[in-house]
Amino acid sequence: MLDVTNLACVRGDRPLFNHLSFALKAGELVHITGANGSGKTTLLRALCGFSRPAAGEIRWNGTDIHDLGDDYRGALAYVGHLNGIQGELTLRENLRVAAGIAGQKTAPDTALEQVGLLAYGGFPAKILSQGQKRRLALARLLVAHKLLWILDEPFSALDARSTEVMNALLSAHLTAGGMIVLTSHQDLAIELHTVLSVRLDS
Amino acid sequence: MYKYASPRNFYHLAGRLLPWLTAATVMLLLAGLYLGLFVAPPDYQQGETVRIMFIHVPAAWMSMFVYVLMAGAGAVALVWNIKLAEVFAAACAPVGASFTVLALLTGSLWGKPMWGAWWVWDARLTSELILLFLYIGVMALQASIDDPRRAARAAAILALVGVVNIPIIHFSVEWWNTLHQPASVSKVGTPSIHASILIPLLTMAAAFKAYFFAVVLLRMRPAILEREKHTTWVAETVEESA
Amino acid sequence: MNPHSLARAVLCVFRRDLTVALRRSTDVLTPLIFFAIVVSLFPLGVGPEPAMLRALAPGVLWVAALLAAMLSLNRLFANDHADGTLEQLLLAPHPLTVLVLAKTAAHWVLTGLPLVLLSPLLALQLGLSAEAMGTLVVSLALGTPVLSLIGSVGAALTLGLRGGGVLVSLLVLPLYTPVLIFGASSVTAAVEGLSTEAHLSLLAAFLVLALSLIPWATAAALRVSHD
Repeated sequence: MLDVTNLACVRGDRPLFNHLSFALKAGELVHITGANGSGKTTLLRALCGFSRPAAGEIRWNGTDIHDLGDDYRGALAYVGHLNGIQGELTLRENLRVAAGIAGQKTAPDTALEQVGLLAYGGFPAKILSQGQKRRLALARLLVAHKLLWILDEPFSALDARSTEVMNALLSAHLTAGGMIVLTSHQDLAIELHTVLSVRLDS
Repeated sequence: MYKYASPRNFYHLAGRLLPWLTAATVMLLLAGLYLGLFVAPPDYQQGETVRIMFIHVPAAWMSMFVYVLMAGAGAVALVWNIKLAEVFAAACAPVGASFTVLALLTGSLWGKPMWGAWWVWDARLTSELILLFLYIGVMALQASIDDPRRAARAAAILALVGVVNIPIIHFSVEWWNTLHQPASVSKVGTPSIHASILIPLLTMAAAFKAYFFAVVLLRMRPAILEREKHTTWVAETVEESA
Repeated sequence: MNPHSLARAVLCVFRRDLTVALRRSTDVLTPLIFFAIVVSLFPLGVGPEPAMLRALAPGVLWVAALLAAMLSLNRLFANDHADGTLEQLLLAPHPLTVLVLAKTAAHWVLTGLPLVLLSPLLALQLGLSAEAMGTLVVSLALGTPVLSLIGSVGAALTLGLRGGGVLVSLLVLPLYTPVLIFGASSVTAAVEGLSTEAHLSLLAAFLVLALSLIPWATAAALRVSHD
């Protein structure tokens, strides 16, 4: 489980937030909200271990994530503002690479089918629209088989139908005992699961 | 000792040390210049031009010393995350580069009467020139990163790569030089140095060290204030002096 | 994570970089053509006397190779940084040093190796003997991986900075000097009919040293760049 205690983050030398605490258990989702510039992305990047927080601790199963290193990264999947997709590679190749780097063997077609991109499997990813690229980025989550998903605005650029698909994927991950931390401007339509709300600017 | 690792205490300590270091710099510099320019005998081969060595040699020493110090502070900053070490390393680079320029200029001034040219691809001068490029790289990297912490850490990595490379560069240049100029140029500095030469040389070296620490402290103080501008002690300090 | 999955990740990164680069094949050709043009411009600058060209050839070929290797550095991380795949690499549950080494190896195969292969042709233009040509190929084969490795630190440090392209040359070129010195002088020695063993073994020593130290620095630099 993920424990955040008394976290403070700064950007440059401007303090973004202080004394942020929450805990995330299996099957739970944390929904982070806040105005632009309130530090949502900074928080997610700190949770990924990219940056060290100015104060406070982030623990995974009781140990600081910076001490865990690869063991923590082995449990973590992240979709940020950037999709992490290479336009020159086909959709299938992109997923195979994502799985290979995560240490998994995979059949990319199942994941592509789940996000409704199977028909494009053999095409280079650069032909996809913004929304489709977002869906492919989410398919990366499915092939990586990680416990903790950290998602930065996963619904951006998604149409109504894709949002539904996305919600279903998130629900399925939680049902399987996964954990999710995400930022989103929209309300979440994820029923039957514990959703914790964290507001950064208050 | 640990007490002074806090930026606040260091800021005040530096303020108290500065007048003493400045005084030491001035006195050592005057003594060193007097001994070097008036007391030391002219060289039997090089004549009066040998006196340039009293500036050139300590400047060249300093150029290496400062780079190593900067890389060491960078390593401390990277490993232990100490802000003061970051500020120190950042303050070192321009001062070290100035010593390198001084060593190059005096080397060139000395070269004109000795070799009949302002620039000769002598091993020492060439190494010194590459060292200047290394300094410029560190400073350019620092300048192009806005976030001071990221800038300090990036510059520290570069300085560490550089410090491992310096002996290799030095060795390569020496080797390249002997290959292309077989013993045509006599090396500066004889094996046994007479005390009348050694004393002014060491005095000048001490003067340059005092100058270096004075300037670094002078550069560190505003940098510390800038870094800590959101803390209460900076607000208090600024109010007091206003 | 077991070594098996690390090996798979390394292979995956290496193959991906090769595939992506080959699909943008102009990227691979540009530094190579640059190398050929710079070397061909030299006789136009200094005159066509064969003796002079032969004397200048080792230095010209090595400096041109150095510049071509440097020009291609921005490709090492910049594209991956822009599309977010680099940040995914940083989140891989494997030692970043090893993954960096895989990326650098792919970069060398795409930039250094073609320079090595093209060099005999350009050496012919400048009138080098067969023996000197052989030494040139061996010295480039030993030296260009060092250039890629040193370059990887510069590329990682300047990631996403304004003026990154010019800045990287400022950081990297001074560090290239030992390789240039021993690379070029090995060819000179071969031209003069002297033994090249010392030069080449020093280049090999540089390669071993760079292989064992530089990936750590590059990995640290990448983490700093993503802070």
